[in-house]
Amino acid sequence: MAAALEIPHDRLRQDLWRPLRGAGAWYIVAVVLVGLLVGWGLFAWGYQIRTGIGVVGKRRPVMWSFYITNFVFWIGISHAGTLISAILRLTHARWRTPVTRAAEAITVFALMIGAMFPLIHLGRVEVFYWLVPLPNERGLWPNFRSPLVWDMTAIFTYLTGSVIYLYLPLIPDLAQLRNHAAGWRRRLYKLLSLGWTGSDREWQALERAMKLMAGMILAVAVSVHTVVAWDFAMALAPTWHSTIFGPYFVAGAIFSGIAALLLVMAIARRALRLQAYLQPLHFDNLAKLLLLMSLLWVYFTVSENLTVWYGNEPAEMAVLGERLRGRYAPLFWVMVVCNFAIPFVLLGIRRLRSIGTATLSAAAVLIGMWLERFLIIVPTLARPRLPAAWGTYSPSWVEISITVATFATMAFLYLIFCKLFPIVAVWEYKHASDR
Amino acid sequence: MEHRWGMVIDLDRCTGCEACVAACHAENNLPLSDPASAAMGRAVHWIRVDRYWEGEFPHVRVKYVPVLCQQCDDAPCEPVCPVYATYQNKEGLNAQVYNRCVGTRYCANNCPYSVRFFNWFDPQWPDPLPLQHNPDVSIRSGGVMEKCTFCVQRIQRAKRDAREEDRPVADGDAQPACVQSCPAEAMIFGDLNDPESKVSRLASSGRATRLLEDLGTKPKVFYLQRAR
Repeated sequence: MAAALEIPHDRLRQDLWRPLRGAGAWYIVAVVLVGLLVGWGLFAWGYQIRTGIGVVGKRRPVMWSFYITNFVFWIGISHAGTLISAILRLTHARWRTPVTRAAEAITVFALMIGAMFPLIHLGRVEVFYWLVPLPNERGLWPNFRSPLVWDMTAIFTYLTGSVIYLYLPLIPDLAQLRNHAAGWRRRLYKLLSLGWTGSDREWQALERAMKLMAGMILAVAVSVHTVVAWDFAMALAPTWHSTIFGPYFVAGAIFSGIAALLLVMAIARRALRLQAYLQPLHFDNLAKLLLLMSLLWVYFTVSENLTVWYGNEPAEMAVLGERLRGRYAPLFWVMVVCNFAIPFVLLGIRRLRSIGTATLSAAAVLIGMWLERFLIIVPTLARPRLPAAWGTYSPSWVEISITVATFATMAFLYLIFCKLFPIVAVWEYKHASDR
Repeated sequence: MEHRWGMVIDLDRCTGCEACVAACHAENNLPLSDPASAAMGRAVHWIRVDRYWEGEFPHVRVKYVPVLCQQCDDAPCEPVCPVYATYQNKEGLNAQVYNRCVGTRYCANNCPYSVRFFNWFDPQWPDPLPLQHNPDVSIRSGGVMEKCTFCVQRIQRAKRDAREEDRPVADGDAQPACVQSCPAEAMIFGDLNDPESKVSRLASSGRATRLLEDLGTKPKVFYLQRAR
């Protein structure tokens, strides 16, 4: 680690600012490719709005499916950043410096994607603003008893908070860039750096603000995913009405968040040639965190399913049977392999733990956690309490296109972010090496 | 005194003929389904007849249970709606405001009886079926939830007629389409606040049960059946 911090300041700037200049052929190919996927997803959404929400595969009784799965999944991914970087900041983990900004950017983008889904999923998206407490001529308020309104409040709070939390530590870097850039970039950085001069007073204010935000964002992050879990846990549906859903969802969110961070870091390391900054140490530490969360996830999953099985209540057993032995069983066991078997073997055995296996495990965990969200939602809805109303679900091309487009959107936003802002905080790196 | 509308369904009388289903379709302008969407599970029936088989062939007993919105006193669908599109009105009806619904479908997920139906598309009727629409019932647009209303339009008419004749609403004045059309007279509708009404007397009989009563939703639909 000491070696990492001995990079001279001028080389630091050279290395970390290099990705901002120009655009290579691969970069353009990547942007066009993901741009096409995003465009296709937008087309699918437009088609859905024009034709009617019926173009999705949902049917009675499965009223929620892919869209709500994507919603929970992406809100989960958003825990990558803020939560991880806030914990590392507050605990003064010194190895954090090259990791935090990459993580915080994931948070903001994942939230932007996740927050779209409650809208995409609405039957009448054109009146979505009825969910917001806006003054109106009829004096109507939204229903504050509804978990969906809590949800909306929580997500907007979290999005606002994490944008500020990403932005604050960007300011000194933006000021540096302003001093060295020309043309439109100079104007952009000048606007965004808010006239930062680097005086002592400014530094102290920044430190204070960042510490405050780190503390607040932790509380907000935990509560956001708890509220998302309550969308389900407040309902009377079999196996949803569970007391552990709050912590279960938060743990799952941090789990998938770390996986997303590992994957992004692995890609950025190769693509932006940041091998000197994102070192095996960082992957090793995050891999250990991933392993820890994997074990926690298994603990929650076993407690959740074992109590249902032992309780043997008919309505809940119908759902459990559907998950473990029925139509959704293949997905369930793939999930167990992805979320537990793969990370446990690859990361639990020290000799096997490397950047490659950490990346592989991260990819597996992302698949597994998406399936986990799906398996919480669909089997429960497919097995309501009255057996005469039982049903099935399979997605339509619209839902699949929009789901694929979310991943493309993440890549698209990240590609643009990397071109505009240094992915590793330059000043934090300097500070860490000065100490 | 406020009314509190309720229903009794005598399962020992029900023959499973589904006349109630057909009557409901005609009365309430229910959207039609083509065979493909019906097979997919998107048909809309505000009242359906669930069938339960007991025993092995050939000694099979079949039991028919007509299931409609149970008009719960503590309806799980109500608190979860973010825009108050569904609420409990003064007469105990679990009302649905179609124009207020934004289509989150949360209410349907939280209904243990699965009696809430979603309009996946704008409804369409081939000619000349639009000519037989009931003018007292609004057509629901795509993207909103709908369900049994206890034929609220008929309740309103009964109250209006009584007011014009300057008399209280008599037992039997308001009859939902399903009740009116039941050939076995298995369904009875009336005011649960009136202790003398037929529905009140039957609802307090020893044969009365309620669907999934242990959930505490306090339904206002009572099922009569012999205890075996």
